[in-house]
Amino acid sequence: MEPYKKHESIAALMDRSNVDTDQIIPKQFLKKVERSGFGVHLFHDWRFNDDGSDNVAFELNKPAFKGAKILVAGDNFGCGSSREHAPWAIADYGFNTIISTSYADIFYNNCFKNGILAIKVDKEQLDKLITEINANEGARFVVDLENQQVITPAGNGFTFDIDPFRKGNLLSGLDDIGLTLKHADKISTYETQHKQTYPWLWA
Amino acid sequence: MKKTMYEKIWDSHLVVDEAGQAPLIYVDRHLMHEVTSPQAFEGLRLSGRKVRNPHSILATMDHCVPTKNRDLPIADPIARKQIETMAENCRENGLNLYDMKNPNNGVIHVVVPEHGFVHPGMVVVCGDSHTATHGAFGALAFGIGTSEVEHVMATQTLPQKKSKTMQVAVNGTLSKYASAKDIALAITGKIGTAGGTGYVIEYTGSAIRDLSMEGRMTLCNMAIEAGARAGLVAPDEKTYEYLKGREFAPSGQYWDQALAYWKSLTSDEGAVFDATITLNAADIAPQVSWGTSPEQVVGVDGLVPAPESFTDEIKRKACESALAYMGLTANTKITDIPVDLVFIGSCTNGRIEDFRIAAEVAKGTKVAQGVTAIAVPGSYHVKKQAEDEGLDKIFIDAGWEWRDPGCSMCLAMNGDELTKGQRSASTSNRNFEGRQGKGGRTHLVSPAMAAAAASAGHFVDIRNL
Repeated sequence: MEPYKKHESIAALMDRSNVDTDQIIPKQFLKKVERSGFGVHLFHDWRFNDDGSDNVAFELNKPAFKGAKILVAGDNFGCGSSREHAPWAIADYGFNTIISTSYADIFYNNCFKNGILAIKVDKEQLDKLITEINANEGARFVVDLENQQVITPAGNGFTFDIDPFRKGNLLSGLDDIGLTLKHADKISTYETQHKQTYPWLWA
Repeated sequence: MKKTMYEKIWDSHLVVDEAGQAPLIYVDRHLMHEVTSPQAFEGLRLSGRKVRNPHSILATMDHCVPTKNRDLPIADPIARKQIETMAENCRENGLNLYDMKNPNNGVIHVVVPEHGFVHPGMVVVCGDSHTATHGAFGALAFGIGTSEVEHVMATQTLPQKKSKTMQVAVNGTLSKYASAKDIALAITGKIGTAGGTGYVIEYTGSAIRDLSMEGRMTLCNMAIEAGARAGLVAPDEKTYEYLKGREFAPSGQYWDQALAYWKSLTSDEGAVFDATITLNAADIAPQVSWGTSPEQVVGVDGLVPAPESFTDEIKRKACESALAYMGLTANTKITDIPVDLVFIGSCTNGRIEDFRIAAEVAKGTKVAQGVTAIAVPGSYHVKKQAEDEGLDKIFIDAGWEWRDPGCSMCLAMNGDELTKGQRSASTSNRNFEGRQGKGGRTHLVSPAMAAAAASAGHFVDIRNL
């Protein structure tokens, strides 16, 4: 995983709530056995017309949002299916940051496994960002994970909370499994006890 | 300290709990299917790691498998590759796989209970959000992403944040023809699809105790639709009775030992939940979803709501766009909505009891003109049992298609799908836009409601049949 660095980027806006993972990456694209190449299918059914042309009414097709790395979205983003293809598609499309009031649990976990910083803000803060982007499409925000801070051109910047463990992993780009395996002894000790306490599970 | 069942399971599975990092919990059972696992196996291979406990894994093929003409090769080459990759990965790692031709094959969350693979008190994961199903046994069961699938294969553990606890008490008695599915939809309608976010739900109350094990599976299956990490039902005599004698259930000397442990798992009297929701079972009418989110539901005797009936701005907007997508007009009677296709099946409602009640409603009827009705058993065992009971004949005589098992139209990956504008009555779990096919319009209902809609050609209040 690439370490997450401080960056400045266009913030795209999807002012909708309950965006589900079936929309983020529709099921017809889940048959691949690889991890890459999902970005071209991101939001497929909303993004493209039946004839395959761009749906100009879809937010992310606005020219002002091209090249955005930051996605500002409504409440309960990423609900529904556990498919990690959703954050794979988001990251592959080019986003590395999402700002919303809340996320579905599984999706939230999946983001951090894929180098995506999912920032939670309150409703009032989100509304300010939405207003700012609507007034200035293509506005560039600065995201500084180290200092847990977002800066916007119109001065709607804010600081955010994040679990220190997730923050550390994003900043270092460390492999979760490698971290866990540092506890290999403890896992083995637990397992030995587990076999004694619940022998029927090992019979 | 008095503990909830969730806290007991959590505490007994803590492997590492140190400041500055996420707690590591131990995983007892890992379930797998072909869609969310290939990239995890690839990751293992690339890092030179091995599957730590192959015996903790049970795998099936369900999402992409055809539900008819199984003897022919899968037509879609990408789906075929995914199926072949699954078989190869399981062979290479020595995993127990019920492949497409195996008599034990079926939808993962139907197959696993059939074989007694999940017991009370376990931690169970699967790269599938409907893993919540197994909470019916008093196991902490939840969906994970593919990176986590790889993590569990390599380490048998997961870094996890402890959830808050929510008690959902359903008191009283359900009316005839209201089912576990209706309870699940009514709860989602009441608390919303984000209502359970950050929580593990424990379902309590007389209406839950009255549910069969299969009903409890239906209920817990849809805990995720209310946003919860998992759903739990305390184990009781029904649970033990269900498990006894199944292939992976404890036997001989171990049965009594396991039983004593299981009985210790229930939430302590007076344990405190972070939130409590109460419903009266008698008030729950058979539910029908009218929108594009599982929280957009109403009783069958109700009307399609008008956007202006919502005071919340977000809900009002959501209603507007849902009505446009669904092609519905506000204040239409639910029973006036016609259907084109009826689907009974899925990990929510693909078990034998679901087909029994649907057959009871379908018996002696005919599928309405212009309606397609398909019955897709959740597993080959469900299929065989239904055939032994003659249920297949009831469906076929009524004009239904009787298929082989799979996820089928629940998420429409295998070619069974709605075409643009088609409207379904479906016993599955999600009515998101395009879930059953691009432009398809899904109404979530119970099996009895689905069967009644098939013969009437529109929704029917089955309490009046």
